[in-house]
Formats: sequence, structure tokens, C-alpha cells
Amino acid sequence: MNATQPIIEIDDLSFHYEKENVLENIQLTIPMGAFLAVVGPNGSGKSTLLKLILGLLKLQRGSIRLFGEDIHRFKDWQQIGFVSQKANSFNSGFPATVYEVVSSGLTKKIGMFKFLRAEDHRKIKAAIDSVGLNEYRNRNIGQLSGGQQQRVFIARALVSEPKLLILDEPTVGVDAQNVQSFYEMLAHLNKERGITLLLVTHDIGTISDKVSHVACLNKFLHFHGKSEEFEQLQINDMSQIYGHDVHLLSHEHHHEGV
Amino acid sequence: MIKDIFQFEFLQNAFLTGMIIGVIAPLLGVFIVVRRLSLIADALSHVTLAGIAASLLLEKKFLVMSGLNPLYMGMAFSVTGSLFIEKLRTVYKHYQELAIPIILSGGIGLGAIFISLADGFNTDLFGYLFGSVSAVSRADLYTILFISAFVIIAIILLYKELFLLSFDEEHAKASGIAVKSIHFIFIIMVALVIAASMRIVGILLVSSLMTLPVAASIRIAKGFKETIFYSVLFGETSVLGGLLISYYLDLAPGGTIVMIAVVILVVTIGLKKISSSRPVNNGVKS
Repeated sequence: MNATQPIIEIDDLSFHYEKENVLENIQLTIPMGAFLAVVGPNGSGKSTLLKLILGLLKLQRGSIRLFGEDIHRFKDWQQIGFVSQKANSFNSGFPATVYEVVSSGLTKKIGMFKFLRAEDHRKIKAAIDSVGLNEYRNRNIGQLSGGQQQRVFIARALVSEPKLLILDEPTVGVDAQNVQSFYEMLAHLNKERGITLLLVTHDIGTISDKVSHVACLNKFLHFHGKSEEFEQLQINDMSQIYGHDVHLLSHEHHHEGV
Repeated sequence: MIKDIFQFEFLQNAFLTGMIIGVIAPLLGVFIVVRRLSLIADALSHVTLAGIAASLLLEKKFLVMSGLNPLYMGMAFSVTGSLFIEKLRTVYKHYQELAIPIILSGGIGLGAIFISLADGFNTDLFGYLFGSVSAVSRADLYTILFISAFVIIAIILLYKELFLLSFDEEHAKASGIAVKSIHFIFIIMVALVIAASMRIVGILLVSSLMTLPVAASIRIAKGFKETIFYSVLFGETSVLGGLLISYYLDLAPGGTIVMIAVVILVVTIGLKKISSSRPVNNGVKS
């Protein structure tokens, strides 16, 4: 693939559980090096969209291309790091150091019956460094704050050196005063290491000055563009996305199968 | 006692066996405890009892298998029991701990029936329940040696996978680790180690050798490897100390070993209280 190739291309994507449509006619392109935030209220289909991108749900209609490859043929999952919403619900009494947890991110890459080599240890240290937890390397993970734990899981995803990092509601366990520095750390990863970031969140206020692109999702994709344009959106545009009027909208825009 | 060890083969057997299980029981125990499966050891030890009772019954009533070591039948039952637990855990997805009492009571029930069918056994059974120094044969020692070689090699080779599976099963699955196969190997190892440890500490106390040293270790250890190191250290100390004391004071070795492990646990809890001024959440989460 070449450098201008988008990392994710989603075309005409629709998805339903039972009878309820969750996503309709989604069109989304994520260029390489972007820092995209997908925002939307609870139940807006954000998690479903992530699951489809990660191949955890089967496509019903439309197409997804990852790194230029159709998702059905895509094999190189090592290129994609994922930090799930559940990551911080781990057993906080688990006796493992930050270093050990981060090194577990290499398990699949190294392969069974093989051991960590010097090069792997360098990668682990680099990943811990890049989330700013160097001095906590040998602490037990349970002794860290919620925000620091979230950084550990990001480091675990980074250690296998993915080109794309997907984060599902990463600030859920982070205290309000640390959210800002958390996003700064993500912006730093995006700029300095060139990692494309896809972030799903419902807090729209804090992110807009850190991310490069914003996508507003509520079954339909209402806005997808540069974050500067997003800031100029009218308040009532936002209430459309978050408000109840949206249901009326969805009937008018109902799509038949093609 | 050192002199006695050179003199009597049964003492050599007991001590060597003790030293081996002092390593492998806490080693596996670390993975059992952090995965919150502590009670599996109890369930499987009771199934092992059923196997032992079955073997003794066949020997007494039907004179078949009279040359067969009851340990083998115990192991066969234990492994079968572990497979049932796995099956039940998938049947009751939302009540996974339910598998443990089902298998535990099944094991005791079966054992009780076998014992009554045999009109009771001689003192043999007491040795199986609470451990016995004199009961360990050379054949037992070799069997246990073989099992521990298998367990240690498997843990070294699969350490990365076992760690990830213990810490974050979801992530292990998502990243394409062969979670089912690894777990299968793990549960077979647990079943084998329980049967192996039973000779020394006895069926009723086997699980304590897998959990107490670990419980003490996670109070003070930093990281997973250190947890393993302290668990094995405490396990070994308990077994060797327990065997020595029980030999001199003529006590049941199983009980003595477990009580030493309890003392170590209490000391580590006390130490942690004294040494730490900062709030630490390092115990098993409630």
C-alpha cells in the first residue's frame, strides 16, 4: 500500500440486530495519520461500528476496507491495536507489574513456545515510555490510578507496533483532572509516532482541540470532517444528533436494500 | 533425622516427593489463585478420593488390579473430573462456580459408595485423607517425578500464554491465542498435580498447598514472577518443615505442613501491615 492510501474505508455500511437498525448507510474514510474521534450518545451504534471494523461482527451490508484490503481478506491484524472499554475492569489485585502486563501484548506476535528476546524488551520499554509510565515500570498494576492503568493498556496495544490504534471510551475510568493530559498523550502518539488513532467517546467537549477529525454518529453519520469545522457547528445541529428528533429523521432517510 | 533418611528408603521417598510437590503445587497454584479457581483444587481432590476408593475396592473385593498403584486410578478420576468441570463451566456460562460443588459432591458421593461397598478399608485410607510419610513408594516417587517434569516444562514453554490467559482472558481470545487448548492443558496439569500431592498432604489438604503459599506471596510480591518465586519458596518451606516436625512429633504430615503454611500466611499479613504506610490494594480483590 502507498502512503496516501486511507487506513479505513467504509462504504454504504448498514447493520441491524434482530429488527432494530443500528447503523445505516455509513460512509467513512480515515486517512493515514489521522486522529479521528467518533462521538455520539449511548446506543448510537459506536460500539457496533468498532466491532465491525475489528471483524468481531459479520458484515450485513456495505463494505469495509482495511489498509486497502477488503476486510474478508484482511489478515494482518497485528497492524491494529485495540483497547477495549472493558480493559479497566480487570482484577486490580492481580500481581503483575506494568512491565509484565505490557509484555503480554507481544504474546501472539512472538508465538507459542518462544521467549522474549532483547529486541522485544526494547520494544516493551519504548511502549511504556511512550505513554509516560517509565517510573512505574516495576509497580504492580493495581497500585496505579485509573488513568495510569488505561495508559498501561494503551502501551500493551502499542508494543506490537500497530499502525492503527482503536480506543473504545478510554477515559471512562480516568479522573476529570487527568483527562486533559490523557488526550495530550494520545495527540503526542499521533504526532510523534505517526500512529493513526480512532477514538470512540461520548464526551465531545474535551476532545475537539486535540483530534484532527470528528465523526458524529447516531445510526447515521451526521458529520464527518476536520475538527475545526466541527467547532463551528451550531448548537442546534448538535441537539439534532443527540436529541429525539433524530428518530423522525431516520424514517425519512430509510434505505432499501440495493 | 538426616541419618534416618540415609537409612530408610521410605523416608527418602517421602522427602524427595515432598520437595517436588513443594515446588509444583504452589507453582500451578499461582495460576489457579489469580484466575479465581481456588476451589477447583478442592473439587478435584475429592474426585481423586473416589478414584483411590475405587482402586482399593477392586483390589479388596475382586482381587483384580492388586498390583496396581491406587495413585493411577486416582489420577484417572481427577483428570476425568477436570474435564467434567470444563464441560459444566460451558453449560452454566453465567454460574461458572457451580461446576465446582457439583463435581465436589459427586466425587465424595462416589467415594462414599465405594468405601461402603468395601465394608471399609484398613488404615490405608486414613493415609490418603491426611497424608502419610510411610505410604510413599519408590514407584510413587517416579510417577510424581515424571508428572512434575511435564508440568514444569509445560509452564516454561507456555508461560506467556498462561500469563495472558490469567490476566485477561478476553484479550487472549481477541488476539488469537489458542485459549481453549491452553486452558485444557492447564486443567490436566492441575488434575495430575493434585493426585501427585495427595500422598504427602492427603486429599483433604491438597488444595491448601496450592493456595496458602500463593495467598501469602501476593501480599508481598511485586509482579507475577516474584509471586511465583515466593509461592514456591513458602510451599517448599512448609513441606520440608512440616515433614521434619511431623516426623519428630509423630503428627500427621499433611496437617503439619498446612499449619506451617498458615503461620507463614499470618506472618506476611502482619508484616505488610507494619511495613506499609501507603494504601495498597494488593491482596485478592474481595
